[in-house]
Formats: sequence, C-alpha cells, structure tokens
Amino acid sequence: MSQIFGPRANTVARLALPALVLVPVAILSLVIFLQWTDNATGENRIVSQPVPFSHRHHTAEVGIDCRYCHTTVTESASAGLPPTKTCMTCHSRLYAQEEMLQPVRISWTEGTRLDWNRVHDLADHVYFNHSTHVTNGVACTTCHGAVGDMRLIGQAEPLTMGWCLECHRDPGPKLSPPERVFAPLPPREARIDAGAIHALLTRYDIDTSTLTDCTTCHR
Amino acid sequence: MTATDAILPDRAPGRLTADVADPILARRAGRIWWACLALFLALTVLMVVSLTVLAVSGVGIWGINTSAVWGFAIVNYVWWIGIGNAGTLISAMLLLTRQRWRTSINRFAEAMTLFAACIAGLFPIFHLGRPWLFYWLVPYPNTMGLVPQWRSPLVWDLFAIASYILFSLMFWYTGAIPDFATLRDRARGRLTRAACGILALGWRGSARHWQVWQGYYGAMAAMGVPLVISVHSVVGMDYSAGLAPGWNETIFPPYFVVGAMFSGFAMVVVLAAIFRRALGVPHMITDRHFDIIGKVLLAGSLVMTVSYATEWFYAWYSGEPAEQRIVAVQLWGDYWPLYWGMLAGNCILPQLYWVPWCRRTLWVTVPVAIAINIGMWLERVVITVVPPTRGYLPSQWGSYWPTFWDWALFAGTLGFFGLLFTLFLRVIPAVSMHELKEQVDEEVRA
Repeated sequence: MSQIFGPRANTVARLALPALVLVPVAILSLVIFLQWTDNATGENRIVSQPVPFSHRHHTAEVGIDCRYCHTTVTESASAGLPPTKTCMTCHSRLYAQEEMLQPVRISWTEGTRLDWNRVHDLADHVYFNHSTHVTNGVACTTCHGAVGDMRLIGQAEPLTMGWCLECHRDPGPKLSPPERVFAPLPPREARIDAGAIHALLTRYDIDTSTLTDCTTCHR
Repeated sequence: MTATDAILPDRAPGRLTADVADPILARRAGRIWWACLALFLALTVLMVVSLTVLAVSGVGIWGINTSAVWGFAIVNYVWWIGIGNAGTLISAMLLLTRQRWRTSINRFAEAMTLFAACIAGLFPIFHLGRPWLFYWLVPYPNTMGLVPQWRSPLVWDLFAIASYILFSLMFWYTGAIPDFATLRDRARGRLTRAACGILALGWRGSARHWQVWQGYYGAMAAMGVPLVISVHSVVGMDYSAGLAPGWNETIFPPYFVVGAMFSGFAMVVVLAAIFRRALGVPHMITDRHFDIIGKVLLAGSLVMTVSYATEWFYAWYSGEPAEQRIVAVQLWGDYWPLYWGMLAGNCILPQLYWVPWCRRTLWVTVPVAIAINIGMWLERVVITVVPPTRGYLPSQWGSYWPTFWDWALFAGTLGFFGLLFTLFLRVIPAVSMHELKEQVDEEVRA
C-alpha cells in the first residue's frame, strides 16, 4: 500500500494544529480591536453640509452664544436646529450677495428647509437628553469638542456606550461651573481639584448612585 | 455463564474490527437508512424554517407571555441538555470506575451527548429575542464598557454549556483517534484514506502513542466528571435563582443532575436498541447491557421519586402558602394530566425494572425508556410553566399554551438530532473498536 501522506505532511500538521487555535483568536482580536477605530465609531469624521457653516467663526470669533441657534438645549431632549429665519437675522444684510450663502437665500425665499446632515448620531435605543446635561454642568464642549475651533463641525468623541459610561461612572471631573457650560472652547488647564469637584457635585445635586442604571439611558 | 450473560463479544479481534468498520467502509447504505435520512432532513428543514421565522418575527410567535416567560424554549433546552448528560457520564465516570460494559456503548453515547448539547445550546440563544447579539454573554473587551451580568443565570449557562460542548467534542475525538487510524488502514478510496488519516493525526499504534494517549484520555475523563455534575447543576440553578415559589429551592441542582442522567440513560436505551438493529451487532450490545442500564434507570427513578416527595414535604413543612399552592396546582390544577403523566413515566412505569425479565426484554425495556423520556419532558414543562404563572402576585397569574412554532421547533430539533445520528452511523466508527478489542484480550488472558 502506498503512502497517503508525503514527507511534508508532518510540517503541515505541526503548523495546522496551532493555527487551529491561533487563527480564530487572531481574527477575533482584530474584530474586537476594530470596534475602537474611527471607522467604526465615526470619530474625527467631517460631514459635508449644504452650506459650509463655520462654528469657529460664529462662536469663538463673532461671539454668538450656542443658545442663539440651538434654542431648546436647556429645555428639551433635542438641542434644536435653527430655522432659516435665524440665519437671516444677520444674513439678510450681512454677506447678502455671497455665493456661499445662496442655498440659505433659496431656502428663505422658497420656504424650503435647509437639509443639514446629522453629525452626532446616537443609537435609537438611547434616550439622550440635552437639557439634563447642560443644566447639570456638562458643558457643550465636553461632548462636542472644541466647537469654537472647528471650521466644519466634526465628531470629536467616539460616542460609544463605554465613552458615555466613563462620565456616568465618575461625573465629577467632567463638570463645569454654570458660567462655563456654554463656552465655545474647553478650559485650557486641566482642573483636578477634589474640593472643586465636590462643590460642583453638591451644587448640581447629582446623585451618582443612579447614573449607571440601565433605565437612565435605555427605557 | 450463558451467551446472553456476556458483556463482551466472543470473537477474534479481526472480526470485531470488521463488524464495526465494514458498515462504514464496505457496505452501502440500506433503504431504511435513506428513508431515515429523508425524514430527518425534512424535519431539519422545519427546524431551520422555524428558526428563520423566529429571527424575523421575534419571540412573539411562541406561546410565551409576561407571566410564562420561558415556555417551550427553556423546557426543550433543559430536556436536551439532560439527554446530553449521560454520554459523558458513561464515558468518563464509568471509565474511571472501570465498568467494562461501557465499552460497546460509550462511542455513540458520547455522540448523543454532543448532538444533544449542541441542540440544547440553540434554545437559550434563540430565546434571547435578538439571537445575533448572543456574544454579549461573553466577557470580551467592548466599546460599551460592559461586562456580562455575573448574577444572571444566562451567563452561567453560557459557561456551563460552552465548556461542556467543548469538552464532549474533545473527549469524543480523543477516544476515536485510534479508530480513525484503523479506518485509514482499511479504507480503499483515496479520499477516505486521506480524511481518516488527517483525523488519525499520524497514529501508528506504537507503545509510546498508547502510553501518551492513555494518560491524556484518563486525565480528560477525570476532568469530565465534575463537568457532568456542573452543567446540569447550573441548569438547576437557573431555576433556583428565580424568586418564584416552586423554583427557589436548594434541592434543584442535585435533583436536576439525577434527572438529567435518568433521561440520558433512557435515551441511551432507545438508541442502543435502534443501533443494535441498524448495524447488526447483537453480540456487542447484548441483553446484559440492557439489564445493567435497566438497573441504573431503576435507581434514577427511585431518586426522582424521593425528589418529588421532598418537594411535597417541604411545601407542607415550610408552611408557605405560595409553595403549597404550587404543589396543589401541579397535582390538581389545569396542568394535572402533565404532572400525573410525569409521575407515571418517571416513578411508576420504571418499577417494571425490578423484574429481570423486563430489563432484558427489548419490547418492555424500550417502551419504558421512551415513557421515561416523555415523563422527563413533562417534568420540565410542569417546572417551567407552573411556578411563574402561579407566583406570589395573583395579578401576575397566567397560563401558557404552545403555538405551532413551539411545536415545529421541537419537532425540528428532534429531526436534526436524528439527522446527525444517521450521518454519524455512516461516518464514524460507532463502537470503540480499540477499547473493545483490548477488553476482549484481557478477558482471554484472565
């Protein structure tokens, strides 16, 4: 009876046996690792918009408050997108002939919506409430990044559940005093001061024990 | 000692090898085999359809509701994992205690274990509602910043079943390595030889091979025995960690383990009878085997009877009205035929096994074993359905009735089990040839 396997079979077997374990482990590790990449989370993603609106120009340079456009941020779950009328309060006079603003004028004269594209998109099973956050010391820039420095708005943070929980598990160090909540740029210096943190937690009356309940965000 | 008393066949080693290997290598599949294959394939299609409809429509197509949240999915899960319990018991515990009669039945009992455990694992996953997220039960680094809820029996299930399936597969394969080598050496087709050769891992039957193999196999057997206990203890704890009266009992883990072995051994009887006919090996699986398993089943039946009696006693002794209500509902309530059917199958009919003639006569032994399997299935229905629908809060009282899809999935899994077993008989040596020959040789020397 002839040999079934040639001399190379031993080497193949010696390689195949560890590969049976290592290859699946390597593939799984890669898949797990990919979850954190910008590709999966959408972090650092710039979304194109109908009008290249510069948050940097309007907030940090001109000095318009966030709430001037995002009017419902302190009262409701959604921060709210401004109607074209809000744009036209200035741009009916200012840069009124600018080519770049043509879509705004068309929207205004024809009564159609400007279709802005969503940048910060949470899963539908998450009940995020803007007012709860900004009235309890979470500044705009804590989640949205240095908006006052962005020409086109991008996603500054991963927006994963683990990222949410980082703060929900220990909110103190992320809190800002009321006068800093709507600042267009985050504070320059890291402020790790136990006394100040405690004072902020007390001031906003934050009960840290319920912040990680499932039903806080999932209902 | 008469011929029917023998455990081991009185034949030369070469004949034994031929008896086991020829049905796989030389003989063509018979008409009955093809008929079985077609039937089981059809039922497997039904299983796939049921699972697909379930995945698309959600668990609402089942009979479960806000009171009876578990229903058939968990009933069948426990039933299948129970059947999957006997294989490892026979292989590992009886190997360590040197019970010679295990040799001719351990291979297919292990196959039964593996198939049943795999099918059992399907049910909790599809009962999740979003089965495609089942991997959330595994503690892996994730962007959600979460680890599984260690207090959840579902997580215990994952570890118990996954380790049990992995162990069963490895133990089964390890035991079959020398037999794959035998097949490789006997096979004529090039493809068969190569396939068996790969599975045999270069086995040459040298003294060193045997020494390493025996040490490894024995060590695995020693590790397997705690697994037999742990897997079904965890299933029992799924219930006893629940707060419903009738579930929250410390007796559950041991009671479930015995119940599992009981139903598993009953299934071994049924399969052994079929298998003996199918392969024509009455000299390997003798009447004496049925005699011994009958005794095991009798012991299991007695323990189960004591367990039921203990439940009744504690309901009375605890003075807890909710517990007493559960027992009363089980005995006299809407589901009374199921409970009395369970008592008939698990406690009363197995008493026939006191009579040696009944144990050895197939047309008595097999129907009783089937009655035990039905009884154990009814037990799981009663345990799973009654307590949550008659809990502490009367506002939560309800009832449960399975839908078409519940039955379809159950029938489908039975067919899938049959399909795997039908294929197994044609692909893998169904009796451990090398162990059988070793024991025959020992007998001759002694």
